[in-house]
Amino acid sequence: MEIQQMEVMPFNDISYERFLSEEKLMGSRCQRCDALFVPPRSICIKCHGTEMEWVEMRGKGKLAAFTCIAIGPPFMIKEGYDRQHPYISGVVELEEGVRVVARIEGMDGSKPETIKIGTPVQVEFLHRGEANSSKTFLAFKPL
Amino acid sequence: MQRRRKLGRGIAVVGAGMSKFGMFRDADSKHLFAEAFKEMLSTVDKGIDPQDIDALYLGNFTNDFFIHQGHWGPIISDLLGITPKPATRTEGACAASALAFREGVFAIASGFYDVVLVGGVEEMSKLSTEEVTQGLAMAASPYEVKVGFTFPGVFGATATAYFAKYGASREHLMDVTIKSHNNARLNPKAQFNVSIRDIMNQRIEKAKNRGDSIPGWRDEKEFLRDPRANPVVAWPMHLYDCCPISDGASCVLLVAEEIAKDFTDNPLHVVGIGQGSGRGLHAKEDLTYFEATRYAAQEAYELSGLKPEDVQIAEVHDCFSIAEIIHIEDLGFFKPGEGYKAVEEGLTRLDGPKPINTSGGLKCKGHPVGATGTGQLVEIWKQLRGEAGERQVPIKDLRIGAAHNLGGTGGTCTFTILERR
Repeated sequence: MEIQQMEVMPFNDISYERFLSEEKLMGSRCQRCDALFVPPRSICIKCHGTEMEWVEMRGKGKLAAFTCIAIGPPFMIKEGYDRQHPYISGVVELEEGVRVVARIEGMDGSKPETIKIGTPVQVEFLHRGEANSSKTFLAFKPL
Repeated sequence: MQRRRKLGRGIAVVGAGMSKFGMFRDADSKHLFAEAFKEMLSTVDKGIDPQDIDALYLGNFTNDFFIHQGHWGPIISDLLGITPKPATRTEGACAASALAFREGVFAIASGFYDVVLVGGVEEMSKLSTEEVTQGLAMAASPYEVKVGFTFPGVFGATATAYFAKYGASREHLMDVTIKSHNNARLNPKAQFNVSIRDIMNQRIEKAKNRGDSIPGWRDEKEFLRDPRANPVVAWPMHLYDCCPISDGASCVLLVAEEIAKDFTDNPLHVVGIGQGSGRGLHAKEDLTYFEATRYAAQEAYELSGLKPEDVQIAEVHDCFSIAEIIHIEDLGFFKPGEGYKAVEEGLTRLDGPKPINTSGGLKCKGHPVGATGTGQLVEIWKQLRGEAGERQVPIKDLRIGAAHNLGGTGGTCTFTILERR
């Protein structure tokens, strides 16, 4: 049932977001050259193949880059972040060999010197907002 | 197989001008473009009748968002009194006017036009910092915006990856900032035409006059390390690593090479142009370089037959201090991982062997995004013609200068090489 549903999901950002809300980090794999893309692509940028399949990521990786943001956009300010309470955004390299951008939780944004590139992390799904306007944000926290 | 690219005919720059860059309550986009245009007219040695301009290409990122007015091409052609000549707007985020320049070059190279005005304008200071941040983020990758990345954030993350790979640190970013301010101090058009030392001394003087405790900074780096003087924006990007919010305009007059002598005996020749596109952070092959910059540079070097070492001075897109370090590597001036050492050793200073951002760069000259691309070329125009005043580089036989412009977080990059013959 679930597999059937996944087969008809188009390889676009709307499907990617929908999977995130179900706590699944999904990518697409090119059936011609095996290249993997997260978020999914419908056109392979390696071989320009157009036959894709959905693949679920194990959700583990390591921190490749990060920033502690003191001046954020309105939706982050609404979550309570400000100059005294910076949040962390980062780039995570997944075990599967691809990188994703995500929020970084469980580390102190006001102590950036303590955050190390290469730290092992695992996925966490942040659900924000009321039922109808609920959004899920991809995040990672230290393993 | 790619055919070797060439221009259909030669192009010359025969005039260049810019408004002062800054935050202006009493000057709007039209006022600023008029200022740039009037300066440009004054630089055409043998004069130009504006009626002879065949077309206008105008870069503007998003005055639509900043002041709720779009469709800037005809507003500016009307301002200049050149309607019904065609006016076309180009958009490439912070590289908008470099794209206008490129379109102008192509339009003349094709044989269609002989005289083309290219320029850019942006009016950003009417909004709050938060609103401008939101507006600029429209040019980032949508994935980045969703997880909270801001522009300084993307470059902050890029810096952490660069530091980890090459062993650089915040101290090296400070070297860029100090150099930019030292250059801008000599540029009357710059938004911040003061050195870091001037700013320190002003603060100390102010504290003395107020009877406050006097800050004990011994040098520029101690000032920049002090979080009260230089707070975090998006670590490791601090206030003095970031370009400001600016209003401004700039323009350049392009003509077919064969008629250049009608305008001046001292034109600059467009010998190299390049443009590339790039991906968001997650999809980059490597976080420590910009593929669009490398592609643009390669295209421009191939077209010109020049090598990085032939470029004597360059304006590079230092929207954030780390960007200058990475771009001087991507443009081939220094090897990957050695840009920060070059800055530390003073090689990129005004009196160094490879002066970078003699204008003060985006950091200090200001960054009215749509005006930046052609604004960089105004600086190269001044330097190559020996008209840069106090900040004229002391290089003998200065003939070749270049400008690198970046849009978004590296989505659009251009590289332009000008030569004085």
